[in-house]
Amino acid sequence: MNLAIHGLVQRFADPRSGTQATVLDRLDLVTGDIQALVLVGPSGGGKSTLLRILAGLDVPTAGTVAFDGEPLPRDEKGLIGYRRTVGTVFQAYNLFPHLTAMQNLLLPLVHVHGLAEAEARERVREPLERFGLASHAHKRPAELSGGQKQRVAILRALVVRPRRLFLDEPTSALDPEMTGEVLDMIGELKATGTQFVLVTHEMGFARRVADEVAFIADGGCPALATPAEFFSCHEPRVVSFLERVQRE
Amino acid sequence: MPRWLAHLIVIALLAAACGWAFASLDMTWNWGVVWEYRQAFWKGWWMTLGLALAALLASSLIGLAAAVMLRSRFAIVEAFARVYVELIRGTPLLVQLLVGWYVVAAALHVGTEYRAAVGVLVLALFSGAYMAEIFRGGLDAIPKAQIDSARAVGLTRWQAFRLVVLPQAVRIVLPAVAGQLVSLIKDSSLLSVLSIGEFTFAARNVNSATYSTLESYLPLAAGYLALTLPLSALSRWLERRFRYEAA
Repeated sequence: MNLAIHGLVQRFADPRSGTQATVLDRLDLVTGDIQALVLVGPSGGGKSTLLRILAGLDVPTAGTVAFDGEPLPRDEKGLIGYRRTVGTVFQAYNLFPHLTAMQNLLLPLVHVHGLAEAEARERVREPLERFGLASHAHKRPAELSGGQKQRVAILRALVVRPRRLFLDEPTSALDPEMTGEVLDMIGELKATGTQFVLVTHEMGFARRVADEVAFIADGGCPALATPAEFFSCHEPRVVSFLERVQRE
Repeated sequence: MPRWLAHLIVIALLAAACGWAFASLDMTWNWGVVWEYRQAFWKGWWMTLGLALAALLASSLIGLAAAVMLRSRFAIVEAFARVYVELIRGTPLLVQLLVGWYVVAAALHVGTEYRAAVGVLVLALFSGAYMAEIFRGGLDAIPKAQIDSARAVGLTRWQAFRLVVLPQAVRIVLPAVAGQLVSLIKDSSLLSVLSIGEFTFAARNVNSATYSTLESYLPLAAGYLALTLPLSALSRWLERRFRYEAA
């Protein structure tokens, strides 16, 4: 994928103070032709806001975003169509709690992509096996561990055969062991050629999986580089961020 | 102490107290005369059940629609629902029934054969105002993350409401709705003021024919309890049944 962002602005009205908060401030970012882009940076710097725009969930106040030269739609109808071609996984609460893991996987296939139920079951059978979730398919989210929930959520995004995935801190609500099982799954996606944009605080994993790392801070993107360059760069904000993260 | 035993003890104490109260009154019971009218009670009891079920169905639809309107982005839509809910909840059902029948239905030239239908409609509007607040609470309880997830998998707004929000909200509100049905059944006794032949109307008629007041009204209490106690039990069971899903 080739991501090109120019002059991206996102402002939100703060209902309490009545003022406008500028979360993204004329952000520019142009990647090479890559498979995996990882967004890192301090909390509140605009990573998640950017990812929501990329995933077609929010419309930016100004600016343009294009994947492979194709600009994102700005109208709700166009955005629904766009969201159907990509997959998005949030930090938590992805799954619908009134449905079993299997029903969660089937819902988009049947109601969004028009598959017959039998066809949809056939489609999810092999991936459930591959990611070790087949024996949990009948359970509701409340009966799954945090790691299992996130893996089912990733699978749900994956089985509709999206052009790319957007992952917003998929492990930050998990303990270290479960973080490992989810990162392993994302690592496997990388190995099998799935394109994705990932927001994460796991610097070691970012270094391993990213083709390019974008540093998002103060509503802009002061650094975009390959992992090797990024983790040895001298941009002051990046240096202080990495020092802070490594101390934790 | 097991729960059932505790319940049994309380019921026994209550029965003893009632027995003592009635014994000290030195009443002459006249159950024989009232027994003659058992068919009237029976018919009235079924009528009450039917009226309450019809009103429940209608009030659920009214309540859901009003709840959605209460959450509307459009101020005028929200205002309609808010005025309806506050007006209905702030006035006695008795007044609503009298106005509904003697003013609104009369103005629309509704025939007396539609008495029961008008009664059910007013009862449904009354109960619907309470249902609206119950449903609004249920809809508000669905986290925004669920709507994000629904949009992210490509559902339309309507699909997200129908497939994700509504099924979860219904599970949350079911115990409260069952509780509301208990109130609805008792409130339906006021339909007797419109001479609708339900359970309370039957008891009133028996009383005026036999002058045996307690013998007419005690079976009434028993008949209502026979409807409301199972509902209360159902409400508690539903509450336990759906608790696990809050994850």
